[in-house]
Amino acid sequence: MRKLTIPEEEYMLPGHTACLGCGATIAMRYVLKALGKKTILSIPACCWAVIPGVYPHRALDVPLLYTAFEVTGASISGIREALDVLGKEDVNVVGFAGDGGTADIGLQALSAAMERRHNVFYIMYDNEAYMNTGIQRSGSTPWGAWTTTTPGGKKRMFKHEPKKNVAEIMVAHNIPYVATATIAYPEDLIAKLRRAKEIKGPKFIQIFSPCPTGWRHSPDKTVEISRLAVQTNFFPLYEVINGKYKVSIKPKNPKPVKEFLKLQGRFRHLTEEEVEYIQHEIDENWKALLKKERCSQEE
Amino acid sequence: MKKILTGNESAAWGARLSKAKVVAAYPITPQTSIIETIASFIANGEMDARYIRVESEHSAMAACIAAENTGVRTFTATSAHGLALMHEVLMWASGARLPIVMSVVNRAMAPPWSVWTDQLDTMAERDVGWMQVYSENNQEVLDSIIMSYRIGERHHILLPSMVIEDAFILSHTAEAVDIPEQKKVDDFIGEFEPAFKLDPDEPAGFGSLIMPEGPYMEFRYKMALAMEDAKREIEKAVEEYNETFGRNYAPFVDEYRTEDADAIMLVLGTIGSTAKDVVDAMRKEGKKVGVARVRYFRPFPTEEIRRIAKSTNMLGVVDRSYSFGPGADLYAETKSVLYSHTDVPVKDYVIGLGGRDVTPEVLRKLFDDMLKIANEGVVDKEIEWVGLHGDERWS
Repeated sequence: MRKLTIPEEEYMLPGHTACLGCGATIAMRYVLKALGKKTILSIPACCWAVIPGVYPHRALDVPLLYTAFEVTGASISGIREALDVLGKEDVNVVGFAGDGGTADIGLQALSAAMERRHNVFYIMYDNEAYMNTGIQRSGSTPWGAWTTTTPGGKKRMFKHEPKKNVAEIMVAHNIPYVATATIAYPEDLIAKLRRAKEIKGPKFIQIFSPCPTGWRHSPDKTVEISRLAVQTNFFPLYEVINGKYKVSIKPKNPKPVKEFLKLQGRFRHLTEEEVEYIQHEIDENWKALLKKERCSQEE
Repeated sequence: MKKILTGNESAAWGARLSKAKVVAAYPITPQTSIIETIASFIANGEMDARYIRVESEHSAMAACIAAENTGVRTFTATSAHGLALMHEVLMWASGARLPIVMSVVNRAMAPPWSVWTDQLDTMAERDVGWMQVYSENNQEVLDSIIMSYRIGERHHILLPSMVIEDAFILSHTAEAVDIPEQKKVDDFIGEFEPAFKLDPDEPAGFGSLIMPEGPYMEFRYKMALAMEDAKREIEKAVEEYNETFGRNYAPFVDEYRTEDADAIMLVLGTIGSTAKDVVDAMRKEGKKVGVARVRYFRPFPTEEIRRIAKSTNMLGVVDRSYSFGPGADLYAETKSVLYSHTDVPVKDYVIGLGGRDVTPEVLRKLFDDMLKIANEGVVDKEIEWVGLHGDERWS
């Protein structure tokens, strides 16, 4: 019999209220499988403030503190310090926030919590826009994407700014563990959380989480799009442990980004030239990442 | 044991004696020396607490909320802009029924920049579901912090408290303060017993989504009842505190020579002290005036104010803040609770904004004006701004 690589235990219960094919929901399920029962979550305003269900229902079997939009970093700091006062050092404290709550409104509290080096996890589930409020552009929305506040139209108001790289901002905080992950690679995701669990200090993990509703793709394409994001180098998977980069997956022959883009309605308006521009940016970013890996591993 | 302490040092002593276990701290003038004093207590091993040096007051309150919800006693302190920045999470703390205690040093709101005393900052937070107790001296600052933990932490109350002091007049002015014995404070407050907490052995969700047919309205109603019930707890706590520590606090309104007064001045904070001196001087001249210093603005002492108003011929309300509605806050709320209960004339004196000095001489003029109104029964002007530049009547 083959050994299971993903823990059997379930801390997500039936009855969540997420959209069909929600990547963020799969992300939570894996995160809890990896971290186990002794975990406390702090969740700000985001899709996940709704997904557990309406009071008194709760599709999560771990304690959960709902918090204001911008305070996740401060909230996990408070929980951690209180647990340590109570002698409960073995309980994992996890901030689980969307990209808007992380890259934009929550960045200040996140930065401060990381700088103070609390023993916490911060998980950014990245669906690349304010999805809970209905698909508005965030700092984490990629160049070229349609959202309801970058609606395209005659003036082509799609997002004309590159995606904010929060993982790199976290690396600049000199924290012991930073990683990217995505739901199409659950073994990789779980292995990263387990490595992070061994580290005392702040841990930041960005999980690329496709959103069928906001990205305008078929719900059955969630995993495929997640995988294509890695295979096209649109969203590279890597870890930075004490400043040393390690790229987790290096596609031998990266697929053209077009294959990733064409499955999603949010990129439908792009011209050939614009797709080429995105490809160029991806290639440059990938080269830069490999260079960081080489440089940081040299001693 | 007596020590010479500033108001801010007294606040820090209050937190120390109450054994707050998580302190989230962010500096702002004129509050800063509270969190500095606590830092030195912890650094010297005199206080056993985790000290989170947050990056903003918003995060200070958010960290206290999270820590308190995890099951430990918390403390923080702020002023003016820091308090305003906390606004959102102040409601989170009270809505989550977390009995956090916070020192607030009253300071004016900019622009223009002013670090001096003014009560607009706390008045602007009167509707957030926190108890508010205003202090007259440094002893009261220290004692009120201890009492606030005891009152707020009762399981049928579970409301947070602001213990409020005037900038500089108290915060940076030293006077003799009696430090209660630790053992007696321990007995008075008791161990912190959370009514609920984040606990992996009993997983629960706090603050989840709720529909209009869900108990949102009932939660608010329970908060309203708790704020009302807090009055009984305040009475009990003050009575026991007075007895245990040899103090003489009134629970809600500190009345001074009001019993036969023709006119009574209603006031918050340190102006009350100055007014008491003026009352003594005027009484010697046979002028029957008194002072009623409101300690608790939340819960609002409705019954006490009605009783005081009915006992006299004129009520002069002194407000060190202004809200741009029907007069300043203490005045507007006082008139509101008196409506249909008494026709006693009430006048609002807006004074000392931005820390402008409120002298005994000016207060004497207010009392004279109040006596005139008491005598004639006519309020010449409902809202009087006192001591404006170029104002000859009051200066």
